[in-house]
Amino acid sequence: MTVYQVMLVATVALPAAGAGALAVLPARHAKILATAVAAVTLVPIVVLAFAHHSSSSYASLSPALSPWADYDVSWVPALHLDFHLGVDGVSYPLVALTGLLTLLCCAYTMWKVPPGGSARTLLALLLVLEAGILGTFLALDLVLFFLFFEVVLLPMYAVIAGWGGEERRKAARKFVLYTLFGSVLLLLGVITVAVTAGTGNLITLTGGHGLGRNTQYAAFALFAVAFAVKAPLWPLHTWLPDAHTQAPTVGSVILAGVLLKMGTYGLIRVGVGVAPLGAHWAAPVLGILAAAAILAGALICLRQTELKRLIAYSSVGHMGFVLLGIATLTATGLQAALIGNVAHGLITGLLFFLAGAIKDRAHTGELADLGGLRETAPRLAGILGFAAIASLGLPGLAGFWGEAFAVVAAVQRGGGLWTTLAVLAAIGGALTAAYFLRLLRKVTHGPVGTPVPAGIAGAEWFAWSPLVALTLAVGLVPALVLVATDAPVLALTGAIR
Amino acid sequence: MTAGVLGALIPGVPLLLGLGGLTLRASDDQGDPAPRRSAATLGIAGAAISLAVTLALLIFASTPIDANRRWVTIGGIDVTLGISVGDAALYIAVAVCVVALFVQIYSVAYLHDDPRYAPYAAQVSLFTGAMLLVVTSGDLIGMLVGWEVMGACSYLLIGHDRRLPEAPAAAVKAFLVTRVGDVGFLLGVALLIVETGTSRISVALAHHYSTATLTAALLLLLAGVAGKSAQFPLHTWLPDAMAGPTPISALIHAATMVAAGVYVVFRMYPLYEQSAAALAVLGVIASITILLGALSATAQDDMKRVLAWSTVSQIGYMTGALAVGSPAAALFHLLTHAAFKALLFLAAGAVIHVVGTNYLSRMGGLREHMPITFWSFVIGLGALAGLPPLSGFWSKENILTAALHATDGGGPAPVWVGWVVWLSALFAVAITAWYATRLLLCAFFGVSREHGPDGPDWEIGFDDARYTRPRTPHDPPAAMRWPIMLLAVPAALLGLVAYAPGFRSALELEEPHLSAAIVLPLVLLALGAGAAWWLWREAPGEDPAVALGPARPFLAAGFRLDAVQQTLVVRPVRALAGLVTATDERVVDATVEGTGVAATRLGGLLTAAHRFALPGAAVLVLGGALVLTLWFGAAS
Repeated sequence: MTVYQVMLVATVALPAAGAGALAVLPARHAKILATAVAAVTLVPIVVLAFAHHSSSSYASLSPALSPWADYDVSWVPALHLDFHLGVDGVSYPLVALTGLLTLLCCAYTMWKVPPGGSARTLLALLLVLEAGILGTFLALDLVLFFLFFEVVLLPMYAVIAGWGGEERRKAARKFVLYTLFGSVLLLLGVITVAVTAGTGNLITLTGGHGLGRNTQYAAFALFAVAFAVKAPLWPLHTWLPDAHTQAPTVGSVILAGVLLKMGTYGLIRVGVGVAPLGAHWAAPVLGILAAAAILAGALICLRQTELKRLIAYSSVGHMGFVLLGIATLTATGLQAALIGNVAHGLITGLLFFLAGAIKDRAHTGELADLGGLRETAPRLAGILGFAAIASLGLPGLAGFWGEAFAVVAAVQRGGGLWTTLAVLAAIGGALTAAYFLRLLRKVTHGPVGTPVPAGIAGAEWFAWSPLVALTLAVGLVPALVLVATDAPVLALTGAIR
Repeated sequence: MTAGVLGALIPGVPLLLGLGGLTLRASDDQGDPAPRRSAATLGIAGAAISLAVTLALLIFASTPIDANRRWVTIGGIDVTLGISVGDAALYIAVAVCVVALFVQIYSVAYLHDDPRYAPYAAQVSLFTGAMLLVVTSGDLIGMLVGWEVMGACSYLLIGHDRRLPEAPAAAVKAFLVTRVGDVGFLLGVALLIVETGTSRISVALAHHYSTATLTAALLLLLAGVAGKSAQFPLHTWLPDAMAGPTPISALIHAATMVAAGVYVVFRMYPLYEQSAAALAVLGVIASITILLGALSATAQDDMKRVLAWSTVSQIGYMTGALAVGSPAAALFHLLTHAAFKALLFLAAGAVIHVVGTNYLSRMGGLREHMPITFWSFVIGLGALAGLPPLSGFWSKENILTAALHATDGGGPAPVWVGWVVWLSALFAVAITAWYATRLLLCAFFGVSREHGPDGPDWEIGFDDARYTRPRTPHDPPAAMRWPIMLLAVPAALLGLVAYAPGFRSALELEEPHLSAAIVLPLVLLALGAGAAWWLWREAPGEDPAVALGPARPFLAAGFRLDAVQQTLVVRPVRALAGLVTATDERVVDATVEGTGVAATRLGGLLTAAHRFALPGAAVLVLGGALVLTLWFGAAS
C-alpha cells in the first residue's frame, strides 16, 4: 500500500473508529475526543490533495475516470462488491467540504448541545455520518457506493428525531421514508448495471461501457429519480423543508452542506458516468425540472414566514441551478455544477449556523417577530448580510460561479428549449435576490422585534469564520475548486458525443 | 506589466481597504474615537491612493494599458483577470476617485454622530472600488463583478439611515430593480461569452457575430444598462434612493452606479455601432427618459428628489448621445455631470444639515446666511441647465450638435432616432432651466418658511408665550465646505477643457464650434428660466410649481409609474408566489403525505383482514392442514 492508499482508507476509517471509541469511552471526554477525531480526519484529506500531482503522469491510461489514487480489494465477489476507494478532481472538493463541516459542527457542539439527548450520542452520530458521506464520495465501486449511501440515512434520522424541534418525529419519519424510496430505486439501478455489465467497478463502467442503449435508459431513469430525491429536485423535495426546519443546527448544516451533495455528486459520477446515453436522453426533462425548481424554490421562499424554512427552501432553488448545470451535459455546465455544489455547501452551511444562532437567542424564528438585528447585534447582522448576499449569487463570492455559468452553459447548449431555460434560470436569480432582501429587511432592518443579545461566542466564531473566508476565497479564486476538474469533466462529456 | 499591476491597483486598493474596513469594530460606545478614526483613514486612503495611481498612469504611462492573466477556465471558456484602460477610461476613473474622495471627507463631518460610521465608510470604499473595476476591467466577468458589487453596496448604503422608515424599502427597491435589469445583462454577457469562447472584452469587440445574435446580446445588455443608469422603464429606484444619506446620493448620482451603464455602452460601442436596432431602442429609451425626468423634476417638493429626477434626465442625455452615434459627447457629459451633480448633492447636504428638512416648502431665505452654499448652488444649477460658460453648457451643446448631425443621416443610428433625441433634448433644456431656477428661488430667496407660511410662530407654554427664533442657518463645517468649494471649480470650468487638445483627443471629442445652432437652446434656456422667475416675481414666496395646476400631483408621482410597476410586476409575482406555495403544500406535498396515509390505511385494512377470533382461526388452521394433507396425500 502506498501512502495515498493508506490515507484513503484512513479518511473513512478514522471517523468510523472515532464513533466506535465514543460509544466505549466515558462520556465526559466525548466532546473533546469527537472534535479531535474530526480534526485528525482532515489530515488524510489534506494529504490526499498532493496525490493529484503524483498521478498526473499516468492520467492518460484510463481516459474516463482516472483517480489520483485508489485502493481496491475484493470483498464479496458474488455481488460484484469490491472495497474500492479512490479520489479525483470531482470528488475531492466535496471530501474536503465534508471534513471541514463535520469539524465545525463537532466544535460547535462542544459549545452548545441541542436539547434532546446526550452530546456523546450526537457526536458519535455525526462521525458515523461523516464516515458514510466520505465513503459515498470516495467509493469507486457501484455497490459500495450504494452501501455508503445507505449508511448515512439512519444516523441522520436519529439526529433529527433525537435533537430536533417540536415536530421532529414526523419530519424525521418523512425524511427517512422518502429517501428510502429513493434508495430502493438506486438499488434497482445498481443491480441492473452491476448484473448487466458484470462488474461494479466505476472506473470500468464510466463512459457507459458494456451497457446497451436500453439498459442505459433504464438505469439512468432509476438513478435520476433516486438522486433527485436526495438533491432534491422539484417536485421530489417536500421532505427537505420539514427535515431542515426540525433538525438541530448541526443537523441542518450537515444536511444542507454535504448530504444533498450526495445526490448531485451521484448524478454526475454514477448517473452521467455510467449511463451517458441515458443522460443524453433524459437531459431535457431534467433541465425543465431544474428550471422549475429554481423558479418554484424562489417563489415559495417569497412566501415563507419562518427563518429556517426559508433557508431550507432556498436550497431547492440553488440545487436547481446545480442540476441545470448537470442537465446541460456540457463541460461548462458540469463544472458550474461542481463549484455550485461546494458554494452551496459553504454558504448554506453558514446560513443555517446563523439561523440557529438567531433562533437560539431570540427563541423564535418567525420573521414577523424578528427585526432590527443590526441595532441589537450588529456583528451577527453583518455576517447574516454577508451570507445572504453570497447566497443570492453576488459576483466575487462563491455562489456566483455556479449560478452564472449554469446559465452560460444553457445558452451554450443553444436551441429554443435551453435558451428558454437559461432565461428562466436568470429570472430565478433575480427572484432569489428578492427573497433574500426580504429576509434581510425583516430580520436586520426595521424596528427591533425580539431583542437579541449581541455577544458572539468563541465557538461560534470558530464555526463561522472558515465558512466566511472560504466563501470569499472560492469567489475570488474559483480555481480552488475547479483546478483538477477539467480532465474528468471532459472525459464525461466526451462519452456523450 | 508594471503598468498592468498599477492598473489593477486602481480598483484593488479601495476594494481591499473596504473589505478590511468591514472587519473594524463599530463604535458602540460613544467615548472611543479610535474605530471612527481608523475607518475614516481607510476610506479616505482608498480613494486617495486610487486617485494618485490613476493620475500617475494618466501622466506617465503610455496608454492603452492592456494586461491580463488567466483567472479560471470553465468548460473551455477562458475567464481572465484583465485590466484594459485607455485615456478615456482613466479620465472617468479620475472623476470617480475625486468624487469618492470628496464624499469620504465630507462624510466624516456629515455622519459625525453616527455609531455605524465604520461600516458605512468601508461600504463607500467597496462601492468606489466596484465602479473602478467596471471602468478598468478588460474582462466581461470582471466587469460583471464590479457591476453587481455596486448594486449590493448601493443596497447597503441606501438602507443605512435607521431613522428613516422608508430607507429599507428604498434600498431593496434599488437592488431589485437593477437586478431585474441584470437578468438581461447576465444573459447578454453569456451570449457574448458563448460566441467568443472567452470573456475578454477585446476579443468580444473584435469578434464577428451574426446580426441576430449581436442584436439580441446588445439589447439584453441594454436591459442591465437601463437598470443601473436609471433609464425608463427601470428608473423607478433612483428617486426613492434619496432615502440614503446625502453623500451617498452624490456618489450614486455623480460617479458610480448611474454612470456605470453609460460607461458600459461606451466600452462596448464598437458593437453597438454595428446594430442600428439596438441604437434605435437606446434612442427611444433615452428620449423618454430625458422628458420623463425633466417633467417629473418640475413638481417635486423634496430638494433631493428634484436633483434625483434631474439625474434621470441628464443620464438620458448621455444615452441619447450614445444612441445618435457620439460616445465622446456622452462621456464628456458624464464627466461634467459628475462634477456638477456631486457639487449639487454635497451642497444640498449642507442645506439639509442646517435646515433639518428636505422640503423646499420649508426652506427659503438661505442666501444671506449660507453664501458659499448659495454660490455653489448657482454654479451647479447653472451647469445643470446649460448656462454658458459653465461646464454643462459645453457638454450639452455637444450632445445637441451630435443629435442634429445625426438627423442628416450617415451615422450608425437611423435618422429618425436623431430627430427624436434632438427634439426631446431641446425641449428638456427649457424644462431643466425652469426647475433649476425654481429650486434656487424656493430654497435661497424670499423669507424663511421654516415655521410655516405665516412666518415665525408662537410657542404655547405654561409661562408667557415664548417666541422661538428661527435658527440661524450657516455654512457647513470645513470638512464639508472644502469638498463643495473644490468641486465648484470643475463644475464651472470643466467645459473649457474641451479646448484642450490632449483631453479632446483622448475622448475623440470634436472641437467645439459655436455656430448659430447654439442660439436655439440658449433661447429655450432663457425662456424656461425666465418663466420661473416671472412666476416668482408675480407671487413672491409662492412656489412656481403651483403653475403646473392639476398636473402637479401626477408629475410629482413621476407619471405614477411606480403604481404601474406595482400592478404589472410586483403584485403578479406576489400572487404567483402565493399560488406556487399553495400548490406546493396542497398538491405536491399532499401527494406525498397522502401516499403515506394511504399506505398506513391499507396496512390497517390488511391487519383487520387478518384479525380473527380464536375459534375461527383454529378452524382455518385445521382446515388448511386438512387441505394440505389431502393435497400431498393425493400427490404421493
